[in-house]
Amino acid sequence: MPLIAEIAISVLLVVAGLFGLVGSYGLLRLPDAMTRLHAPTKATTVGVGGVLLASMLYFAVNGSVSWHELLIALFLFLTAPITANLVAKAHMHREMSQGELPDSDTGRVWATFERPGAPIAPVLTSAAPVESAKS
Amino acid sequence: MIALALNFAFCCFGLALLFNLYRVIRAPVLTDRVLALDTMVINMIALLVLFGIKLGSGMNFEAALLFAMTGFVSTVAYCKFMLRGDIIE
Repeated sequence: MPLIAEIAISVLLVVAGLFGLVGSYGLLRLPDAMTRLHAPTKATTVGVGGVLLASMLYFAVNGSVSWHELLIALFLFLTAPITANLVAKAHMHREMSQGELPDSDTGRVWATFERPGAPIAPVLTSAAPVESAKS
Repeated sequence: MIALALNFAFCCFGLALLFNLYRVIRAPVLTDRVLALDTMVINMIALLVLFGIKLGSGMNFEAALLFAMTGFVSTVAYCKFMLRGDIIE
């Protein structure tokens, strides 16, 4: 294996390990739940991403290129924001009240606090009032 | 040099898993436990891929991919349960 590839793989592994550690340490140390949500996202992106990149490089240099890592990385990068969004919504629903949150900018309350069984209406997010089709 | 970096990364992710375990056991709010479980899955994927590099085999990637999928689905199920009291309505 050429020296430059060895150095690149080692650096990627060390950086990935440090970021994974920092991400999980942040989960322990940050002060409140919404900020704690922030730390493990870095562990996903740089930590696992670095490990997968190192693995790809290692197997490419050894003669057998594998695309599995790319698949895993793609899947993780797609699902990490969805997970974070759902955890944040669950936290809003369980721990926060109407007064603690900023205005939703839609003229309605946040969906979490809406009365169960309320009629579902389309939410217009634009600031300007939209002309209705009848007039 | 790669072996040394590999061992360092193993130690880092192992320690990260221990941190997450502590957060699962002792957490101020319930969502932290779910988040810690999700992070545990992610650290496990990293460990599996590192193990694949150590053994030099491509066998571990299927396991890592399955871990990623089941981890995502379980986190979504937990969050859906906390939000709605039900998973599939």
